[in-house]
Amino acid sequence: MMLDIYDFYDKMERNNIMLSFKGDITSELLTSILQIMESKLDNLQEEPKIKKKVYNVLVECLQNLYHHMDEVAPEQNDVIRSAIFMIGKLDNQYNIVTGNYIKKENVEGLKKRLEDINLLSKEELKEYYKAVLNNGEMSLKGGGGLGMIDIARKTGEKLNFNFSPVDDKFSFFSLNIKISQ
Amino acid sequence: METISIEGTPKTPTITFDTGKGFLEIKGRSIPENSIEFYKPLVDWLEKYAGKPQSATNVNIQLEYFNTSSSKCILDVFKKLEAINKGGSAVVINWYYEEDDEDMLEAGEDYQAIINVPFKMVQVAE
Repeated sequence: MMLDIYDFYDKMERNNIMLSFKGDITSELLTSILQIMESKLDNLQEEPKIKKKVYNVLVECLQNLYHHMDEVAPEQNDVIRSAIFMIGKLDNQYNIVTGNYIKKENVEGLKKRLEDINLLSKEELKEYYKAVLNNGEMSLKGGGGLGMIDIARKTGEKLNFNFSPVDDKFSFFSLNIKISQ
Repeated sequence: METISIEGTPKTPTITFDTGKGFLEIKGRSIPENSIEFYKPLVDWLEKYAGKPQSATNVNIQLEYFNTSSSKCILDVFKKLEAINKGGSAVVINWYYEEDDEDMLEAGEDYQAIINVPFKMVQVAE
């Protein structure tokens, strides 16, 4: 099969994609991506305020992907141990899109959690963040369930997400985060 | 009494802890994937320091970025400081934020609301 690379290019160009990646998400990869994005944000001469917000949200999005790679056993399948990430800037708005496999049995729980976060006002999100920070147990992987709350708080936008069925074991979870100026 | 330090990296902050002067500083960025591992030595040093603290303990937190994984560990550090404050050493936490960084100021205020230790919010120029 021959990929139509121009089609890819054209789509990425129209969405003004600054960086995209598909594959296994490792700690070293995240270090590199963050360095590249930081210099791109510097080159765009973004206000420090916007630069910090984009960088912070990017860290949370990428580390979410990193922590959820572990949920798939390495022997399972190379394809399943792969995730996708893109960041672009269109009409003065940054878009961060991530996609990763999720076990079917975890879909309902995550969906409920994201829907609950989307019901909260700015002030309620602040209170919820503090409650989870103070009482929540930290998982051994280091994620503490704070990532999504933090993203919602920092962007001031609803979390835009979707689950696409893949097979009897997995769904594909996608998250689209907008950061306005 | 000794000074303990950890050199910063692109993902972890520089930590200086001068137990003789009762001075602790965390500076830089704190965005490691596994922050528990990174903060464990500091939590252990504070545990040891709590047994024989100085009459005053000054803490500077000057972070450019920190992730949510670090935020739990920073709370653990503050909980140790809360115990030290209760145990007779007057602790002050100086929380630095750049002048237009509302998110960082709010993060400091979140901790201030949870931890029973005097906080000073210190604004610095970019």
